[in-house]
Amino acid sequence: MAIRFTLNGEARSFAGDGAMPLLWYLRDHARLTGTKYGCGAGLCGACTVLVDGRAARSCTLPVRALEGRAITTIEGLGRDGLHPVQQAWIEEDVAQCGYCQAGQILAAVDLLTRVPQPSDADLETIGNLCRCGTYVRIRRAIRRAARALAAQRAQA
Amino acid sequence: MHPSETDGAGIDRRGFLKVTLTASGALLLAPGFARAPAAGAQPPAGAAPPNPLGLYVRIEPDNRVFVGARNPEIGQGVKTALPMILAEELDVDWAQVTVEQLPLGIEFDGATPRWRWGPQGAGGSTSIPEAWADLRQVGAQGRWLLRRAAAQRWHADPRELATAAGHVVHRDGRRASYGELAPLAAMLAPPTGPVPLKNPAEYRIIGRPQRVVDALEIVTGRARYGFDTAERDALTAVMLRCPYFDGGIVRYDDTAARRTPGVRQVLVVPGPKPGEPYTANLATGIAVLADDTWSALRGRAALDIEWARGPFAAESSAALDAQCERLLARPGRIVREDGDFDAARRAAARVLEARYRIPFVAHAPLEPQNAFVHVQRQRARVIAPVQQPAGAQRAVAAVTGLPRQAIEVHMTRVGGGFGRRLASDYVAEAALVSKATGRPVKLVWTREDDLQHDFFRPFGHHHLIAALDADGAVRGWTQRLASASKYYRRADVKPEDLWTAELYPDDFPAALVPNYRLEWHEVRSGIARGSWRAPAHTANAFVVQSFLDEIAHATGQDPLALRLAMLGQDRELAYSGHGGPKFSTARLRAVLERVAAEIGWGRRLARGRGLGLAAHFTFGGYAAHAMEVEVTRGRELRLHRVVCAIDCGRPINPLGIEAQMQGGTIDGLSTALSLETTIEGGRVVQRNFDDYPLMTLAQAPADIEVHIVPSQADPAGCGEMGIPTAAPALTNAIFAACGVRLRRLPIRDQLRAGA
Repeated sequence: MAIRFTLNGEARSFAGDGAMPLLWYLRDHARLTGTKYGCGAGLCGACTVLVDGRAARSCTLPVRALEGRAITTIEGLGRDGLHPVQQAWIEEDVAQCGYCQAGQILAAVDLLTRVPQPSDADLETIGNLCRCGTYVRIRRAIRRAARALAAQRAQA
Repeated sequence: MHPSETDGAGIDRRGFLKVTLTASGALLLAPGFARAPAAGAQPPAGAAPPNPLGLYVRIEPDNRVFVGARNPEIGQGVKTALPMILAEELDVDWAQVTVEQLPLGIEFDGATPRWRWGPQGAGGSTSIPEAWADLRQVGAQGRWLLRRAAAQRWHADPRELATAAGHVVHRDGRRASYGELAPLAAMLAPPTGPVPLKNPAEYRIIGRPQRVVDALEIVTGRARYGFDTAERDALTAVMLRCPYFDGGIVRYDDTAARRTPGVRQVLVVPGPKPGEPYTANLATGIAVLADDTWSALRGRAALDIEWARGPFAAESSAALDAQCERLLARPGRIVREDGDFDAARRAAARVLEARYRIPFVAHAPLEPQNAFVHVQRQRARVIAPVQQPAGAQRAVAAVTGLPRQAIEVHMTRVGGGFGRRLASDYVAEAALVSKATGRPVKLVWTREDDLQHDFFRPFGHHHLIAALDADGAVRGWTQRLASASKYYRRADVKPEDLWTAELYPDDFPAALVPNYRLEWHEVRSGIARGSWRAPAHTANAFVVQSFLDEIAHATGQDPLALRLAMLGQDRELAYSGHGGPKFSTARLRAVLERVAAEIGWGRRLARGRGLGLAAHFTFGGYAAHAMEVEVTRGRELRLHRVVCAIDCGRPINPLGIEAQMQGGTIDGLSTALSLETTIEGGRVVQRNFDDYPLMTLAQAPADIEVHIVPSQADPAGCGEMGIPTAAPALTNAIFAACGVRLRRLPIRDQLRAGA
């Protein structure tokens, strides 16, 4: 039985091992390597994707659980130009090695979708690890993105 | 990381410029580190035409400038900073510049290897000082050629020509872009000697904040790391390595592994024999090769192996602590002795002693180790995240028997280095598997593999003794260290030199205390050790800066005043280690005073709050931290304010320096607060981020204020300077807040337990 879902807006189906974590489907089968392996145990968030718009850790999410879902990876964010979170990440010069940042960006997108004006405590619910220690600029970038998104909404 | 670990490939530094023109009219400049081939020499049969992407600077007819990045980018920002240096002297607009990663470039003059583009390691904070020495000339010589070309075209005197943002400009207003001039410049003879460099007063790029060059690729998921390598026909491999130090395989059954869907081959990969130098891979294991990662992981999970526990089966952290106690009960090997410490101790008005414990820690880069290697009969190709590409080439040569000339090394972006990728063990493993199977192999490590098999930062017990006079001045000082040297099974290091990785004899307060002694004891351990970011500086700065505070508090002196008194007059002292040859007391004093001023040193604080500071000289840079913390009634620790100052000489990219100092601060705090690699039953205990908990955003200070001290001194790299002073500033602040002195790292819940 093939599992059917959409990936970055495109219909996909997968007839292989349904126990395979979505992470490996994305990286090895769909050839989208923007989603990263960091721990394989759902502890670091480098594998974060959006499932139906909500952040999920793809290394512990078996493909069989994705029937009928919409998956967005970092490659699918900001299809027409950059998402305001991506733009804020550039403006604040967040990245050092950059390996965790796709996951950080998607976690931030998820947060801002739920909490458009996050407090410090809200920011601190993001548990994605950054070994390089870019957390100071991550906070600034999320606030910058929140302002940009608010301005967009005000214009709409 | 010591410069001896970055490859000194017998460099011939006669720097003439190699200049060529491509068919499409682009000007190529390459530093002529290697000697030019003899006139009339033919390229090897079948050799491809020179790849324009393989050369250093390429100026296109439309005036876009492509600059090659020679060092691996591990997050330290050199892929941005080094091209900035070159672009400044070439005098182009930063907006014109595109940076491309260069592969390993080593040419052979007979048997002698030479760098094609200059040194290509990422370690020891050496990339920037090396580039300062050679890259400016590459840019300046290119600019010289372009002015000459314009002079020729306009029949003008070169002295009437200036350059500005990628154009040559005549005093009379005529202009030509570098791109237009490229074909003519390519035909001119390059300068035969060094040319004048820009006056720093005219810098337009150096010293201005620039964002990292790959930001767009990173935020869109297009940046390619080693783990992302996807070569045609490659099999993906994972290894199950013996977790016991120097252990082996008693028996195994790979039937189930072989039957796993997608698995193609299973093979034993031998590791080093006990007692032999470490030369290739770290541990014996079994490799599972499959069509994709999940299949390989499932195949590995189906292996049934009984391990031989090896000669270190009884090793444990508790046993190592006991070994240190025994060692420190006896005299050790004195590695520095000024004056007569024993006499100073006998004559002292007061003697203070303290013992500190520094744990093993792992590197834990977020991208675990991986390497793609394709070994063929006569050549090999490597694509991997490395800090020492020349070392990777040597490792593959050693395990395959191929000459280095036949081995290509492509450096991917690196998802964190921290010193882990200075070792080439994971590249050697992939080469062994590719050679044994005849297939192109991408060998990847899981997080468990990474935390269980590392070259860990050394563990040690530090015993410090100070002999004080009646005024509390330090008349005698000794540091007695028992540690497991980071020189692990190194054939090139003599036993009598193992201590040189652990104690830097000219570190503060050497030469500032009249009776000064350093002593070392060798701790024997089966665990692999190696270079961690800012190697022995993290341990030594912690114990020295903590002990200074203990002296200050015990004698009623202000910790800042005591440090300033010990530094004394502004002068330069000899510093024989990496980062020397000089240590400036004035520059250390300046960063100390800066953080003290910024944190408001000396002000009264509410109950439960305290200030702490620390300063240290690391590899040519001077850094200091000051922190304000609170320890609540419930013994919770809160970091209210974190301030640091850095003097790394002339700042190249202030935005990058700030990033390194913030990142280094978090590295130092995270490690000191929570991280430890422990040993039980002859193997490492920690396996993943649940038992090796890196600091999260919520735990990190919300802000870290970085003050860059203006300087015109030659620039030092600053990838390592932010770490050593973070932990002692923290524990000094904790003491000031609640009177608890923390001497054992990690801190964890020692406060709550009422240390």
